[in-house]
Amino acid sequence: MTSTASERGTRHTLRIDDCDLSYLRGGAGPPLLFLHGAGGVARWTPWMETLAGSYDVIVPDHPGWGRSSTPEWFDNVHDLAYFYLDLIDALGLERVHLAGQSIGGWIAAEMAVRSTSRLATLTLIAAAGLRVAGAETFDIFLASPEANVRASFYDQTLADAQLAATAVTGEDVDIFLRNRFAAARVAWQPRLYDPHLAKWLHRIDVPTLVVWGANDAILPIALQAEYVRLIPGAAAATIDRCGHIPLAERPAAVIERFTAFTDGVPA
Amino acid sequence: MRILAFHLMPYADIDQSFTEKYDAAWVVLPNTYFDREKGHQLYNRFLDELEYADQLGFDGVCVNEHHQNAYGLMPSPGIMAGALSRRTKGWLAVLGRALPLLNNPLTVAEEYAMLDEITGGRLIAGFVRGIGSEYHSSGVNPTESHDRFHEAHDLIIRAWTEPGPFHFEGKYYDFKYVNTWPRPYQQPHPPVFIPSQGSSETIRWAADASRRYTYLQTFSPISAVAKYMQMYKDVAREQGYEATPDQLGWSVPIYVAETDEQAREEARPHAEMFINKLLKKPVEMLLPPGYLTLGSMKGVMAAKAGMSVHRTLEDLIDSGSFIVGSPTTVREKLREAQAQIGFGNLLMTIQFGSLPHDLTMKNIELLAKHVVPYLKETAATAGAAV
Repeated sequence: MTSTASERGTRHTLRIDDCDLSYLRGGAGPPLLFLHGAGGVARWTPWMETLAGSYDVIVPDHPGWGRSSTPEWFDNVHDLAYFYLDLIDALGLERVHLAGQSIGGWIAAEMAVRSTSRLATLTLIAAAGLRVAGAETFDIFLASPEANVRASFYDQTLADAQLAATAVTGEDVDIFLRNRFAAARVAWQPRLYDPHLAKWLHRIDVPTLVVWGANDAILPIALQAEYVRLIPGAAAATIDRCGHIPLAERPAAVIERFTAFTDGVPA
Repeated sequence: MRILAFHLMPYADIDQSFTEKYDAAWVVLPNTYFDREKGHQLYNRFLDELEYADQLGFDGVCVNEHHQNAYGLMPSPGIMAGALSRRTKGWLAVLGRALPLLNNPLTVAEEYAMLDEITGGRLIAGFVRGIGSEYHSSGVNPTESHDRFHEAHDLIIRAWTEPGPFHFEGKYYDFKYVNTWPRPYQQPHPPVFIPSQGSSETIRWAADASRRYTYLQTFSPISAVAKYMQMYKDVAREQGYEATPDQLGWSVPIYVAETDEQAREEARPHAEMFINKLLKKPVEMLLPPGYLTLGSMKGVMAAKAGMSVHRTLEDLIDSGSFIVGSPTTVREKLREAQAQIGFGNLLMTIQFGSLPHDLTMKNIELLAKHVVPYLKETAATAGAAV
């Protein structure tokens, strides 16, 4: 175990399914497994720290991303879904609050159609995974890194700040390229969705919250309505003045909705 | 030395103001820029040009494959090869089919075998992965590009060399009955060319003692041509054999006119249009994730600052990416490069960018008269001396 993160979150590694999984973990309370989006998570963030006050927050680098290894079996989103179900078993977690952003939300939905036996709730945040005819998604693979950052935020001053802070050097270059490779592995074709997922979302039998930024320019908000339509009993939470990454852009609003949602679920 | 005339068949008559509105002549350039009447004329013009080169004494002609762009109008190179097959006498090189872009690479085994039969064994079979942009245009996952290429190649070679039917069991392709009709005319199979802009993985694979395929360095500075061909020779030596000139090839745009000045003036707008308008594209379009290995990609990212720079004809000539001049200048440059690098295949790109028909025909004539015979003679003499 190495501790490289500030405050409560510490970095761990665990070998499981022939993958050296790197993850951040911190806090106390019911387990919250958070699955990141295409760009990965570089470090323990303020919103993780806030959540760590109420939850045992677990944030892995997906296999193929960040500091996790790329296992031989890594071909598609289904592989990641089965892997994370194995991770929940391996960590001995029960009553997990499973949440995911964008590609991570897609992985979470794929997990939940396969098994909800260890889940308490499911939270999809601007989740990929579905297609709505006519609702075009932003082409993250053709856009430059700067255009991707700009499209991710409603508030362009936040995009400016992120772009100013991004000095990609050394190990970061490797991680940037590995993240891009892994995202393409999962999401290149069909682009950011699984044609078979919609058929089985009715299997999800845990309380589900579908969070979306009202101004998401990467994945259109029409996808939120589709998830809510297809998952029995799912609730929608729409964040005003917010782009594709609500936890980065409006963290307090998301945490408030998320906490109210999980608190309403019997332990 | 084998000298072939190569044609990209660009949409040469494009309204060149397209670069004011679009990042590239690929993927995003609307096909409303394509005029069907001009297209009809261009295809027939380009076929005439290749046939002319074959008639005037080139050892053969080459076509290649590109998709959804104004840079090269041959999404189906087999059609162009078929159109040329009965009008030409020399080698017919398809350089090459982009294997990972195809759902069923067995169609390449079939198509190439047909061409080899029609021509009585004049086919050169090229295999490529396609340009990065074509993964955007086709939807094929670029992270599978290398693996699909190797598997598709194995499937095609086995289809040509093993009695069918047999079961091919791959990760990406699983065919219960591989039983290709026709079989190729040449035995065990047509010569294989592997075009690349320089990749140590590709060179190592092509030079492997079990394959010994001709490695073809495409559009590159001459320093890169020398470096990668040396790499091929080194790998061959590691593998316990000496690479022959036949295993090395260079593909380079060439323009000859009466004098050096005239050649530069005539080539300049068309070469600069080729490099600055048809070839230029954003790095994300050129290199989708997985198209290059991580190590190669880091090298490209480090060098990418120079990628969007406007280049002049002089830049291209100075780096040896283009060869332009009087017959004497051109043949001396080529003779020197051949003597230094030792390639046995030279693919002369006889048309580039917006180079019009009359200048292309003149280029072919001057090359056929003053350069091709000279190079064949000096290469033969040098070969005899060894």
